[in-house]
Amino acid sequence: MGIEFRHVRKTYPDGTTAVEDFSVTIPSRSTTVFVGSSGCGKTTLLRMINRMVDPTEGQILIDDEEISGIEPVALRRRIGYVMQNSGLLPHRTVVDNVATVPVLTGTPKAKARQEALGLLDRVGLDRSLANRYPGQLSGGQQQRVGVARGLAADPNILLMDEPFGAVDPIVRDELQQELLRLQRELGKTTVFVTHDIDEAFLLGQQVVILQRGGVIAQIGSPQEILANPASDFVADFVGAKRGKRRLTAEEQGAGDDVLLVDAAGYPAGVISAPDGRLALSNSGPLSRSVSNKTDQAGDA
Amino acid sequence: MSWVWSHLDLIWSSTLAHVALCVPAIVLGFAVSVPLGYWASRSAGARGVLLTLGNILYTIPGIALVVLVPVVLGLPILNPVNVTIALLVYAVAIMVRSAADAFASVSADVRGSARAQGFSGPQLFWRVELPLAGPVLLAGVRVVSVSTISLATVAALVGIPSLGGFFTDGFQRSFLTEIITGLVAVLLLAAVFDVAIGLIGRALMPWNRRQRLSSAAAASFTIPVPQTGGR
Repeated sequence: MGIEFRHVRKTYPDGTTAVEDFSVTIPSRSTTVFVGSSGCGKTTLLRMINRMVDPTEGQILIDDEEISGIEPVALRRRIGYVMQNSGLLPHRTVVDNVATVPVLTGTPKAKARQEALGLLDRVGLDRSLANRYPGQLSGGQQQRVGVARGLAADPNILLMDEPFGAVDPIVRDELQQELLRLQRELGKTTVFVTHDIDEAFLLGQQVVILQRGGVIAQIGSPQEILANPASDFVADFVGAKRGKRRLTAEEQGAGDDVLLVDAAGYPAGVISAPDGRLALSNSGPLSRSVSNKTDQAGDA
Repeated sequence: MSWVWSHLDLIWSSTLAHVALCVPAIVLGFAVSVPLGYWASRSAGARGVLLTLGNILYTIPGIALVVLVPVVLGLPILNPVNVTIALLVYAVAIMVRSAADAFASVSADVRGSARAQGFSGPQLFWRVELPLAGPVLLAGVRVVSVSTISLATVAALVGIPSLGGFFTDGFQRSFLTEIITGLVAVLLLAAVFDVAIGLIGRALMPWNRRQRLSSAAAASFTIPVPQTGGR
């Protein structure tokens, strides 16, 4: 079950190889993040799942069915797709953008619009925005509409290509939290592409760190990767090498909180320490109850 | 002015004749140019050939084309269709370039995202690319409309009724009022067409109008507007 890449290779006619030999299994109902610098082939891999790009060699299976046998247009309509800069249709209102795929698959317009309004609620958008055009929304609002559109046909799979790459850090935080909430509520099989390792560790149950040519540098949970980077490349990429993730407690001030600093001495967060004893996590590292993203670094 | 009042009938019938020559040329020119322009926007080779051909056609003098068309097509020299066909040639020559630019202006992001949502090829054209090419197509049609209305005056030189008749007749009789009347009528007609086409565009593309309004409003209050996906 889930999505399976089997020895996938992509060579373009001009001879460049985007992906050399990529095999990975993406489990159902969880989030897998492909993370790497530009040119690592992460977007190409993502676009292979809905046949926007066809591999030169190898197979991709969704729930054990080879997708090369599925008609691309039909396949795309059952897979949600969210991209950077939202990719919304500028000539359609918000509600019509969200209703895009249901209308394409023959749902009557009135019904599709009605359901689209429910999706706006779901992604935290006010219904008063329904009749605006995308150009009248903020970047963050556009991305929310993009997510709502991706969910409109109730797909089992959601592909997200750097969806939060172009919004400011505060809005990005909000959107990431929304996505975590949606993921808890809906349990889609989500494949998320990003170049931001913090985002990868925050959102991914499984993180695939890619090197040039779609070579897997390491694959595992954020905990596994942070605790045991497989190579210098990974250690460098996740920031362990630069000491960004190795935190030490500063001397306690007047309150109960102790300041944590990274190896370079920059403040990274605080930890509560009543009576000089550091608080221990009792909810496990995956709960993400602390909004500071460096919370996972407590393991390191 | 008294000449104008006593010849209102003639002015009106010449205007109608002029419109009858121009409208089919503008409409057909649009219909022919859209697929050609789309083709040109998809293939660099087609673009080169079509735009060069357009330029060459446009350099043919108007009077030569009006005389040539009946010879080539075997139509009687006094058939108004000759003029309309000549106008159509010029309309396409101008409009193909506009149409090619119009389709090239559609954001690759939007097109790619629409494909990823599951638009089929024809759906992508009719529901995404054609509407989004609309504003640039509209600008092209406006140029074609003005140029066609002004060019159509050559019909008078081959004896076909149009507003150009006031020029030829006025020159022959050295009668300035008649020439100015023709000139004003052509300008007015071109203005009416331009406004009408603009209104049609506004009705067909409400998204374009509102977006412009909102960015204008935002600019006047200096509120930073988030950029859309299109670049």
